[in-house]
Order: sequence, then structure tokens, then C-alpha cells
Amino acid sequence: MSDSTHTPRKSVLPRINGSAVVMGLYLLFLLLPIYWLLTMSLKTNTEILGAFTLWPHNITFDNYMTILTDASWYTGYLNSMTYVVLNMVISLAVALPAAYAFSRYSFMGDKHLFFWLLTNRMAPPAVFALPFFQLYSSIGLFDTHIAVALAHALFNVPLAVWILEGFMRGVPKEIDETAYIDGYSFPRFFVKIFTPLVASGIGVTAFFLFMFSWVELLLSRTLTSVDAKPIAATMTRTVGASGIDWGVLAAAGVLTILPGALVIYFVRNYIAKGFALGRV
Amino acid sequence: MNKTVNQKAWFLILPVLVLVAFSAVIPLMTVVNYSVQDTFGNNQFFWAGLEWFETMLASDRMWDALGRQIAFSTIILMIEIPLGIFVALNMPKKGFWASFCLVLMSLPLLIPWNVVGTIWQIFGRVDIGLLGYTLNAIGIDYNYTQDFYAAWITVIVMDVWHWTSLVALLAYAGLQSIPDAYYQAAKIDQAGRWKVFRFIELPKIMGVLMIAILLRFMDSFMIYTEPFVVTGGGPGNSTTFLSIDLVKMALGQFDLGPAAAFSIMYYLVILLVSYVFYTVMTNLDKRDGH
Repeated sequence: MSDSTHTPRKSVLPRINGSAVVMGLYLLFLLLPIYWLLTMSLKTNTEILGAFTLWPHNITFDNYMTILTDASWYTGYLNSMTYVVLNMVISLAVALPAAYAFSRYSFMGDKHLFFWLLTNRMAPPAVFALPFFQLYSSIGLFDTHIAVALAHALFNVPLAVWILEGFMRGVPKEIDETAYIDGYSFPRFFVKIFTPLVASGIGVTAFFLFMFSWVELLLSRTLTSVDAKPIAATMTRTVGASGIDWGVLAAAGVLTILPGALVIYFVRNYIAKGFALGRV
Repeated sequence: MNKTVNQKAWFLILPVLVLVAFSAVIPLMTVVNYSVQDTFGNNQFFWAGLEWFETMLASDRMWDALGRQIAFSTIILMIEIPLGIFVALNMPKKGFWASFCLVLMSLPLLIPWNVVGTIWQIFGRVDIGLLGYTLNAIGIDYNYTQDFYAAWITVIVMDVWHWTSLVALLAYAGLQSIPDAYYQAAKIDQAGRWKVFRFIELPKIMGVLMIAILLRFMDSFMIYTEPFVVTGGGPGNSTTFLSIDLVKMALGQFDLGPAAAFSIMYYLVILLVSYVFYTVMTNLDKRDGH
């Protein structure tokens, strides 16, 4: 026994180093462009356009101050946050019961319905941009947060149903049956017993809903003009008559990365399983 | 799991149906409507039949965009899937470094798509970008705004940067779920590294890998924002993919009829390919006894 634990260590040791090199290179590849964005955001425009420097020589926070003190800039962040949260609430609320139905019961047309839902995840936003614009304009929702939240529900709801169904399949059916025998009604069982059991699945789903709503621009830009304009669209403002304000553009970019980084930090222990959509 | 037959389950699905019908069926019907009509302004529409479809099918513009799109999706799948698996195999299995890698790798996935474009624009520019400046400094003529190959390479490397982590994370999750007993059995059989991968790891991660391929195919086939920010579809039309072309046609030139016909054919192609992947995926699921 001592032999068998000893031998792999000897042979594994060099391979771990090999892996470390591979991971090091890969992470370097991922971080280098982000590092460059960060450096740019701390430079003055004179330094950016002047001599080429690998790091900021006179660090300045002016670019960030411009964004954080100008209402037309920071409302962009608030707008994005608002519709992302609205979208998460709407998507989870409708997807939870549906995912339960798909994971527990078979009924007429269930497989076709499931695929039809998924097809909406495959719908190119470019196809929907113009019809959405007309639809929401005609019902007076143009340039509101709810319009963007509903538009993003097009691809987020199917995704939520898909992920949640995977997690719910993993919960043994006996739990449902025991609860019904104990006299729980369906709504009470669902809220009190079942939802806590799939809490990690809900967390993972919320993460994905956040992700796909936060990163999307085509629809959110098409459906808004002033009041609900997302930060990503505000960024195009940096292109002015005097050229592009690179420093502010980079600072705005850095600030859009932060919320995502924060969310990742909170769900770091579920990321791997989460990305597999509960299917491993 | 054995499912009970229960038609009342439809009631649980109802909210999703109403919502998706509102945000998918109505707009889609609008598109269908436009695709068979012609207008001379003033909101007057005339029945045009399949005319727009015929026009689009005969136009080089759509076929060229489709060709570029297929080339792009194929290339990024051929790079991202093997690279993602390779990275996943080299990731630390547990402990601090595993979390460390997971957090950093997920970072590109949560950056808004236009910011991804901005990052690469800033990174690749010849005058102010680290990449562009360095390449030119060592004597490689690289300028993604003017050179066809440089533009393509930039867009592809950007997509690899953006999405390889997704494939890696999926493959990693699959690898984590393989019980130790499999590896012990392989050791008893004295299987080499390649054989372990080929006969244990690969079959076990096939399920999640199909999800990865499905997601990557769909999303790369709809790609719009990132190349639009970096190259704007140029130089010339060389990086004008289907979505870029479609938005140009529908929102830029307001050619509703052709754009709608284009939309429908575009959507059908995605549906068809996705259906094939989906069928393969559910069959794999069944075989594994999920």
C-alpha cells in the first residue's frame, strides 16, 4: 500500500509542473488584454497617445472621476443594473414552476415544447431587434427598463428552464411524495421544501441570467434611447469630434468588468458545476 | 427518472408559454409578415409572395456573408474545443489554485460584449495597443483595420480569448465527476496517458462537451457586437458576418422585405443545425441513463 501511494507522487510531480506552465500561459493570455485596458484607464490621454509605455508613469484617476461624477455616465450603470435585476426576477419566477413540471411529469407535447423553448435561446438577436422595437414602441414601453428585461427574457427564460430542470432532476421524487403524504399542498411544498433543495441550482441560474443580460448590447441598445440607456451604449459617447477619449473609454470598460468579477467571486465554488448546467 | 403522466403540468408551464409567446411569437410573426410583403412607404403594404426569398437566394451578398459565417464558426470551434479540453486537463483539481483559476477564467465571460470589442481594439491598435505595437516593433506588418488576414486573425483570437474558458469550465466539470475507481482501473491495466484520455475521460465528458459545442455554435453563429466594435465588418466586407449584415440591412437601410426574408432563412439554418446537436445530446443523455 505504501508503494502504491509513493509511486504516483514521483511520476506526477513533473506533470504538475507542466500543467502549471500551461495554466500560467493560458491565464497570461486571458489577463494581458485586461491588464492593458486597466493601464489605459490610469493614463492621461497625452500619455496614451504619446510615447509607448508599458505601465502608467503618472497614475491618474481623472478618467474614473469623469465617469463617477457625471450623471449621464453613472446612470448608465444604474440602468443596466435595473433591467438585469428585473430580468432575473421575471425569468426565475416563470421558469421555476415550468422546470419543475418538465423534471417531474410527462404530458402531451412535453418534448416538443422543451425544444421549442430552447429554439428561443438560439434566436439571433439581430433577427429580433427590429420587431422588438416596433412591438415595444406600439405598446408604449419603448425606452423603459421593463422592455429590455422582457426582451432579454426571450433567451434567458429558456436557459433558466434548461438549467433548473437539470438540477431538479437530481432531487429524488420520493421527497415530493413524502411531503404530499404529510399533507403539504403543492404551493407550500414548492416554497417550503422544494425550493431550498434546489437553492444552489437557483444560484447558478441567477448567475447565468445575470451574465447573459449584462453582456448583451444589441437589443438593449435598440430598445432604449435616454431613460433606460445601458452603460455599454453610453460608452459610444467617448467618440467625439476631437477623436476618441481613450482614457475614459478604458475606465468605463474597467467599471463594467467589476460587477461580473464580484458575482464570480460569490459563486466561485459552484462555477464548474454551474457551467455544466447541472448535467454532470 | 420515471415521470408520472399528468396533463395538469401544463398549468405550471403556462406562465413561460405566455411570456415566450409574447416576446418570441409576436415578433417572429412580424418578420414573417414583412417577408411576404412589399411597401412603398406610408404604411401601405402589398402582397409580394416569395419574391423576397427569391431575391435573397439569388443575391451574392447573403451567400458571401453565410460563407464567412460558416468559416468563422468552423475555425473557432476547431480551436476552442480542443484547447478548452487541453486547459481543463491541466487545471488544478482542488484547493486554492483551483478556485483561483476558475475565477480568473470566468472573467472574460462576464465582460459586456462591446467591452470585449473595446479591449481588443485597444489591445490590437498599432499606435496605442500592446499587441499591435509589439508585433510591428518586431517587424510583423499587422494592422487589423486594413489587412484582411490581420482582421480575421484578430477576430478569431478575440473569440478564442472570450469563449475558450466556457469550453474549459464545462470539460472541467465533466472531468471532476469521473470517479477515482476509473483511474485506478486504468492504472491496473497500465494504460498510458493518451489511452486514459481516449477511453475514460473523453467518453465521460462527451455529454457536457455536446453542450459546449451547441452553445459555441449557436453563439458564434449569431455573433454581432464584438467584431462590429473591432473591425466594423471591414476591411471592406471581409468580417461582415450574418448578424452584422442583417442589422445593416434592417436597421441601417430599412430594407424590411429582404431583411425579413434573410432573417427567416438565417433562423432556419440555426434551428436545423441546433436540432441535430440537440438530438445527439439527448441520445447521449439517454445512453448514460440520466
